[in-house]
Amino acid sequence: MINQFIIDTFAGVLPEWLIALMTGVTGAVGVLLFALSCALAAIWIERKLIGRMQIRYGPNRVGPKGLLQPIADAIKVIGKEAITPFGVDKVVYAAAPLVIFIPALLTFAVVPFAPGAALLNVDIGVLFVVAVGALGVMPIFMAGWASNNKYSLMGAMRAIAQTVSYEIPLVLSLVGLVLMAGSFKMEDLVLYQIENGWFLLLQPLAALIFFIAASAELNRTPTDIMEGESELAAGYHTEYSGFKFSLFYATEYTHVFAVSALISTLFLGGWGTGPVLDQVPAIIWFIAKTYLLFCVFVWTRATLPRLRIDQLMAFAWKFLLPLSLVNIMLVAVLVELNLPGIVVFAVNAVLAVVLIKGWAGLLSARGATVEQRVYIRPAAAQ
Amino acid sequence: MPPSADFGLTLSFYGLATLTVVSALMVVSLRNIFHAGLFLVLAFIGVAGIYLTLNAAFMAAVQVLVYGGAIAVMMLFAIFLTRNAMTQGNLSGRFQAPAMLAALLIGVLFSYAFLMANWASGKGAAEYLPPEQVADALFNQFVFPFELASIMLLIAMIGAIVLARTPGRETEDA
Repeated sequence: MINQFIIDTFAGVLPEWLIALMTGVTGAVGVLLFALSCALAAIWIERKLIGRMQIRYGPNRVGPKGLLQPIADAIKVIGKEAITPFGVDKVVYAAAPLVIFIPALLTFAVVPFAPGAALLNVDIGVLFVVAVGALGVMPIFMAGWASNNKYSLMGAMRAIAQTVSYEIPLVLSLVGLVLMAGSFKMEDLVLYQIENGWFLLLQPLAALIFFIAASAELNRTPTDIMEGESELAAGYHTEYSGFKFSLFYATEYTHVFAVSALISTLFLGGWGTGPVLDQVPAIIWFIAKTYLLFCVFVWTRATLPRLRIDQLMAFAWKFLLPLSLVNIMLVAVLVELNLPGIVVFAVNAVLAVVLIKGWAGLLSARGATVEQRVYIRPAAAQ
Repeated sequence: MPPSADFGLTLSFYGLATLTVVSALMVVSLRNIFHAGLFLVLAFIGVAGIYLTLNAAFMAAVQVLVYGGAIAVMMLFAIFLTRNAMTQGNLSGRFQAPAMLAALLIGVLFSYAFLMANWASGKGAAEYLPPEQVADALFNQFVFPFELASIMLLIAMIGAIVLARTPGRETEDA
C-alpha cells in the first residue's frame, strides 16, 4: 500500500532507481519495526504468562501491570559493560549477534500479512522459509566458535546436530502442503486454505510435526539443549554480555514470532476467516492468530521440562522422520483420490492418532526408547 | 515489480558478483580455516543471489538450502571436530607441487570448457517454474540421473557409517 503510494506520488519526479530504493526501504523498515515491536511485546507476554502459569505475578512493578518491563530490561542491558573476553576471535565474535538477527527477520519478508501484503511475494515462499531457516544455524556456529570457550563450542555443536536433524522433518512436513495446494507460494497456500479449510485440520499430523520441529529449531525450553543452563552455562552465548547478549535475546523472540506467523500462515489459514467474521480486517486476524500461537509456544515452555540431547536426537530420527515420510505418502494418495475436505480431515485425523500411538508403541515395545536404555538396563542387569 | 527493475537487477548483479568473487578469494587466501568456511557460506549465498536476479528462484532456494545450509554446516562441523589439527597451521602443507599441478590441470580443463562452450544467450530472465514442472523434470525426464545421485549419496552414507563404527562395540549406539 505504502509502496504503491510512493510509486504514484514520485513517479516522474524522482529518478527511477531512487523510487525503487525507497519502496524497498519502506517495506523493509516496516517489517523491521513490526518484528521489533513484537519482540518487545513478546518479552512481556512471556514473562507474564509464565508467571501466571506458575502461580506467580510475573513482572508488575514497572508501569501498569509491568507493561514497561521490556523497556526497563532493554535500558538495563544496554547500560551494562560490553566485555570482550580475552582470546576471542574478535571480528566473528562481534559479527555473530548481528548476523543472527537476519534469518529471523527474513522469514517475515515472505509472510503475507493480508491479501497481497507480503514484502516479497515470491513464487518459492515455502522454499525461501526453509532456506532461510537452514542459514539460522550459521551465526550460532560463529558465536560458539569465536567465544573460545568449551561451553560455547559444545553448545554450537549441539546446535548443529539438532538443527540438521530437525530440518528434515520440518521440510518433509511442508511437502504435504505443497502437494495439496500445488504451489510454493505463501499466498496460494493461504488461498487454498480459505477455499478448502485449514491445513491444521486437513493435515493434523503435518501440523504437529512442523510445530515440534520448528520449536526445536527455535531453541526454546523443551528443546534448548544448545544452551541448557544446567549443563553448558549458557551454551553458545556464554561469553556474551550487555548489548551483544541482548541481541541474542531479542532475536530469540523475533524468531518465535516469525515461526508463529509462519504456522498461522501455513496451517491456520493466514489472514483468512470464516464468512461470518469478514468485517474484521484480515491483518487483525493474522496478527491475532500469530499472538495466539506465540502463547502456545509460551505454554509449552512453561510446562515441559528440557529434554536431554540423546532424547531429542532420537525423537527426531526415530519418531518425526518416519512419521513425516508416512504423512507425505498419505497426502499423495489423498490428493490423487480427490476426496472432499471433510473426508480428508477425518481420514487424516484418525490416521494421525493411529500412527502416533502405533509408532510410539512399536518403539517402546522394541526397547528402543532412550530412557529404557539408560535407566532400566543397569537395574535389570543386577 | 518496481518501475526500474532493470536498473535494480544490474546493480544487484554487480553487487552480488563482487560479493561472490571477493568471498571466494577470501576462502582460498585466509589462513584461519574457520573464517574461510564462513566466507565460503557467503560465496554460496552470493551465487544464490545471482540465481535470483536470473529469476531462477527455485535454484536459488536450493542453492542456499543445500550449499549454504547443509554442505557448509557439514564442513564447519568437521572443522569443529578436528580443530586441533586445523589450528596448527597445517594449511601450508607438504604437497605444494602436486597441488600446483592439480590446480593447473583444473584451470586448463575449465578454460577449455569455457572457451569451447557454445554459449547460448537466452531471451532474458527465466520463467517461473511451478512445482509440478519441477517434479515432472525430476521424476520423469531426468529420473535416471536423479536416482543415480541418490544411490551415490546412499553409498557415501553407508561408507561414512562403516568408517565411523568402532570395531567391537556393535551393541552400543553412538
